[in-house]
Amino acid sequence: MDKKLRLRINEISKSYKLKKKDYHKVIDSLSLDIFDNEFLVILGPGHCGKTVLLNIIAGLETPDVGFVELDGVKIDGPNPDMGMVFQKTGVFPWLTVMENVELGPRFKGEAKSERRERAQKYINLVGLQGFESHRPPQLSGGMKQRVGIARAYTNNPEILIMDEPFGALDAQTRYSMEEEISNIWSIEKRTVIFVTNNIEEALALGDRIVLLTECPARVKEIYEVNMPRPRDLMSEEFLLLRQKISENTDLSIDSEV
Amino acid sequence: MSRKKQISKFRYNIYAILSVVVFLILWQLIVSLGYGGIIPSPVVVFRTFLIKMTDSRPDGSTLPTNILVSLQVACTGLFLAIAIGVPLGWLMGWYKGIDRFVRPIFEFIRPIPPISWIPLTIIWFGIGLGAKSMIVFFASFVPCLINAYTGIKETNKTMINVARTFGASNFKVFTSVAIPSAMPLTFTGIRIALNSAWSTLVAAELLAANAGVGYMINMGRSFGRVDIILVGMVSIGIMGYIFSYVFKKIESVVVKWRTV
Ligand SMILES: Nc1ncnc2c1ncn2[C@@H]1O[C@H](COP(=O)(O)OP(=O)(O)OP(=O)(O)O)[C@@H](O)[C@H]1O
Ligand SMILES: [Mg+2]
Repeated sequence: MDKKLRLRINEISKSYKLKKKDYHKVIDSLSLDIFDNEFLVILGPGHCGKTVLLNIIAGLETPDVGFVELDGVKIDGPNPDMGMVFQKTGVFPWLTVMENVELGPRFKGEAKSERRERAQKYINLVGLQGFESHRPPQLSGGMKQRVGIARAYTNNPEILIMDEPFGALDAQTRYSMEEEISNIWSIEKRTVIFVTNNIEEALALGDRIVLLTECPARVKEIYEVNMPRPRDLMSEEFLLLRQKISENTDLSIDSEV
Repeated sequence: MSRKKQISKFRYNIYAILSVVVFLILWQLIVSLGYGGIIPSPVVVFRTFLIKMTDSRPDGSTLPTNILVSLQVACTGLFLAIAIGVPLGWLMGWYKGIDRFVRPIFEFIRPIPPISWIPLTIIWFGIGLGAKSMIVFFASFVPCLINAYTGIKETNKTMINVARTFGASNFKVFTSVAIPSAMPLTFTGIRIALNSAWSTLVAAELLAANAGVGYMINMGRSFGRVDIILVGMVSIGIMGYIFSYVFKKIESVVVKWRTV
């Protein structure tokens, strides 16, 4: 399989100012290549700069040093070709579920009937049918997260960035959402960058798993996962790889589902 | 609404009515027993109220005229304060340049108590609608602006990022994310403005007016008519109540998403 390079993250570093002359380094010369249509999982402990890394990829923040290229062009701002599911859901409380989900195409000025149809498709896919006219304050945390997922998909991005999208879900919903995401990805291929701090989730979803170090974030190891989907969480291969990854990680990674 | 909720709302109303009734009975009782001093009984006040509906003595205008005059001043000042203060607060909250430019003037005007504008505006505009509207404007402008500003500043960062990843321009993010999310605080500001507009208006009318509820109260004092003073005070209370009621209704329609 020849891989086409889409995103090139080149030696990026990022620090935040704490006090006068006191800096907190969050990302330290991190490099990573991301290929077309791959499902890339970024696995790292809490507060190690995962969200900051994704924000930089999405063009929402700029690195202090280094750069990110999309198809050979330097990123200098948000780009509708890249969509993001945020860790903190960011649903608009004054809009209904449907209005939230169709937001991307609405900003682009797409016709109502067209964008509604697409929005409905993803609302159904994440299991929110019947809640289209509800407002976020009436929804649970998990449902809001699903609104965020449907919203990102409805904008049809070529690259989908997901920041711990299932962190707020209960185990059962989490399993079924992982399966859904995996299914959608198999049907309509696109590049996915998926962040998690959960080893099982990483193994269930990723083609490649990028393991990050503790703060400041660097790439510690990259694992190739060559298992067919849907993955058998009890297979020997799965358990072996899981063992390998957990031995290489710090205890702060949540190994329970 | 569920039946249970209906019952509890009914109970609540009963309590509210009961509290007014108890208050009136106590008032009447104190006056009847001779402990009221110069205070007339509620029955007398109510009679004066009815008379004052058509009688222009002693201050020169009937009660409805006085109320209309006050309302006109309050609404003019308040409308101007909202129409200028709210958009300016939003713009200052979003655009740093505008903030830097307006802030020095605003910070200078802010600590000046609205009432202290009264002498200046009288000399400037006389004692008509213009002068008092100005004073009401100064009293309500500040809370409108500050709350609109704070509302914009408190816009959720993630929501801004969501819009940005969808390719929204800075202005688009301002109008479609920041302003809607600033709505609840903006309304809080208007509600505060409503109260301070009302109290400043009465103060202004006490000092400079030839009609209006505050003027009527002041005339009541001059003529030693305590019942007129009380009618004026009760009218202000009732009008204030109606104002906030109407405003709450408007608010609950505009920012209904917050209350569901
Ligand atoms: N805008 C900012 N200003 C200052 N510090 C920041 C900012 N954004 C992030 N940080 C700091 O950077 C570090 C990494 O944050 P980040 O949110 O990327 O972690 P994370 O890996 O996503 O954590 P989690 O697993 O909890 O989501 C944290 O210590 C955080 O306090
Ligand atoms: Mg994070």
